Amino acid sequence: MSTMLETKNLTFYYPAEEGRKATAALRDITLQVEKGSFVVVLGHNGSGKSTLAKHMNAVVLPSNGKVYVDGRDTCDESLLLEIRQRVGMVFQNPDNQIVANVVEEDVAFGPENLGVPSRQIRRRVDDALAAVGMSAFARHAPHLLSGGQKQRIAIAGIIAMEPECIVLDEATAMLDPVGRREVLETVHRLNREMGITVVLITHHMNEAEEADRVIVMNDGQVVMDGTPRQVFPRVAELHDLGLAAPATVELMDQLNREGMDLPLDAVTVEECADAVCRAFGIGQEE
Amino acid sequence: MLKDITLGQFFPGSTLLHRLDPRTKLLAVVLYIVALFNATSVLTYGILMVVLGTCICVSKVPAKALTRGLRPVVVIVAFTAVINLFFTGGEPIADVFLLRHISAKGLVTAISMMLRIVMLIMGTFLVTYTTSPISLTDGLENLLSPLKKVRFPVHEMAMMMSIALRFIPTLIEETDKIMSAQKARGADFETGSLIQRANALVPILVPLFISAFRRADELATAMECRCYNGGEGRTALHVLRYRPVDLAVLGGFAVLAAGMVALRLAGL
Amino acid sequence: MEPMIRVENLTHTYSAGTPFERNAVEGMNLTVMPGEFLGIIGHTGSGKSTLIQHLNGLLKPTSGHVYLEGRDIWENPKEIRQVRFQVGLVFQYPEYQLFEETVYKDIAFGPGNMGLEQEEIDRRVRQAAELVGLPEETLDKSPFDLSGGQKRRVAIAGVLAMEPKVLVLDEPTAGLDPQGRRQILGLIQEYHRRRNATVVLVSHSMEEIAQNAHRIAVLKNARNFMEGTPREVFARAAELEQAGLDVPQITRVAMALRRRGLPVDTAVYTVEELKDALLRLRGGAAHA
Repeated sequence: MSTMLETKNLTFYYPAEEGRKATAALRDITLQVEKGSFVVVLGHNGSGKSTLAKHMNAVVLPSNGKVYVDGRDTCDESLLLEIRQRVGMVFQNPDNQIVANVVEEDVAFGPENLGVPSRQIRRRVDDALAAVGMSAFARHAPHLLSGGQKQRIAIAGIIAMEPECIVLDEATAMLDPVGRREVLETVHRLNREMGITVVLITHHMNEAEEADRVIVMNDGQVVMDGTPRQVFPRVAELHDLGLAAPATVELMDQLNREGMDLPLDAVTVEECADAVCRAFGIGQEE
Repeated sequence: MLKDITLGQFFPGSTLLHRLDPRTKLLAVVLYIVALFNATSVLTYGILMVVLGTCICVSKVPAKALTRGLRPVVVIVAFTAVINLFFTGGEPIADVFLLRHISAKGLVTAISMMLRIVMLIMGTFLVTYTTSPISLTDGLENLLSPLKKVRFPVHEMAMMMSIALRFIPTLIEETDKIMSAQKARGADFETGSLIQRANALVPILVPLFISAFRRADELATAMECRCYNGGEGRTALHVLRYRPVDLAVLGGFAVLAAGMVALRLAGL
Repeated sequence: MEPMIRVENLTHTYSAGTPFERNAVEGMNLTVMPGEFLGIIGHTGSGKSTLIQHLNGLLKPTSGHVYLEGRDIWENPKEIRQVRFQVGLVFQYPEYQLFEETVYKDIAFGPGNMGLEQEEIDRRVRQAAELVGLPEETLDKSPFDLSGGQKRRVAIAGVLAMEPKVLVLDEPTAGLDPQGRRQILGLIQEYHRRRNATVVLVSHSMEEIAQNAHRIAVLKNARNFMEGTPREVFARAAELEQAGLDVPQITRVAMALRRRGLPVDTAVYTVEELKDALLRLRGGAAHA
């Protein structure tokens, strides 16, 4: 598999305030994101996860080290449009990223900027709206939609640029559970069906359950990196970082402390129920 | 509630008027205004009324909406009419009470002034009622594009207009929310002297401005991320194209305007 | 005992007489007892935000009544501000209402509007700041220089400083990380405990509500849908799921266990509860 995103010794300082030393928001991060993978970056506020996301399409440039998008150096200004066409970004506040007052006009914004011929834009807009399940809203005014719907419009606006990767920078943080589910289902489907690489930045542990890979950040560094089944069982470490494991893993961890012996990598509700039943010697549901 | 204010006068539809190119409608309304200001007689006003009436019927815009649009200017219209009525010189109509001050000429001027303003407003409103704000902006940008040659930022103006249209409802909702929140802390916007009331606005305006700046900042980043790079090399989802019907309508209005000028010169 | 708040057959219609007319709240009833911690849950559009804006008289009922300690709050519309001082309402994302030059002045806005003595205002500001965990030195800072979580605590302190008998909060933890959420819920519990205040907490997180509230009111499509203790409500988890509400993950585990034939109570909503239930079950099995 080839690499979609790559950081090499990435370090980033926010500009220092007067009289204070600049503190590093990111320290020496080296990692690769494979094409077609679904990566979740977890961490509490201030852990640097959002700053990392903003490096992935050159919204922010490294203080030290390098970031490559599909082999392209983000510091090379002549590659800026190519990079941003390849990596789309969905932000936290759904209201502040919609440009036009008609849904389809907004989705067309990216392709229009890229100079795509009009007839092709029409096709791309229709396809993108279908891909996020919002075709019925093509002529609607965005401000009347729900938060989840607005985020799906924002995603459609990126899909219309025919990107290879979508970065969601805490894009679910302001949504209610229904909206969150809508957005998650949409990006999982895009990942599965269109092979789009997804980097999801969040502090909701549950959103990481179905990811290929989980990266946990703390204090500007990557502290854990692996599949959900490798990361979630490290319950004590997660607690130390101010994070919680999914309730399923928490339950089994607590039962293990009472002398039981449950596998901590049973992450989903069904797997957890199966594991507990096995421990109780009850047959599987058939 | 502020939220109840309906913004944008657009009545969605698919009538001939809705489907016309926005540039056609903008140009036609200019021609219509030229015609209107050259109308002087019963005949010419009659022709224009028929034209306007036909357009209204074709557009299927409810008459109520058009008359509602007139409400804010009623005072101005009435005032103009009264001034013309009483202060135009000439033979009085009759020698009884008020009529002593009114000349036949004054009466005619008053009526024609009133008609002119009402028809002007109805005509322009009809355009905004049948054209979505975004295509109106597109049309304006396109019509004004020759001004780019003299470095007038036509694209930027149009982009600003459409972003403003997009964010007005959002900011109104936000104002509503901030007002409620400050009221919940006992803020009082309804009583007190003028100065007290002006001071009471500070807790609304400060958060509103901060929020507007934050939104602007975030929107700018989001636009950059979607490869926005100014107007250079941009294409459009909806391409403006004059169809035969546009040319016919434009031709019709050109004839109308020219005809009116000719009729006025002929003294009719 | 006289209820602290009683909402009777409340209906609120937005944009009445226009094509956009809709009832945000329809025939709703609600009772909150003094000192109670009530959770209100419902998804977006269920009417929860509209309902709570009636509790302090920000919205006037289209029909129906709201009583505070037995008195109709609209009995004398001129006195409605007094109601707002007694029923403190913290809006969603309250940090967006901060406007003063210093944290101190912002927290003092509410008490100042109450017309209190300077000394009393000072006491309240300091006490509220202490309660939400703001260090003394932040009081002279500009609220706009603080972190997101701190800003939110300043905004909540601004309402607490009015020392309301009833504290109503709309999604106070929205957008915060787990640590921030815990802090905010902790300070709400603290105010509840210290002042024996009545608290109404609106949230769309079942977990949050279940862990804090004595009683839960579930709203759906502008109407009352369910009401009871957390155990009573979660005993009907299947109905909640059908209503599009998020059932806590741990409750779903209990439901899955029961489907597999393990006799656990499905009305659990914390990890500890399910753990204890399972341990009891194991103990029973071992003794048998």
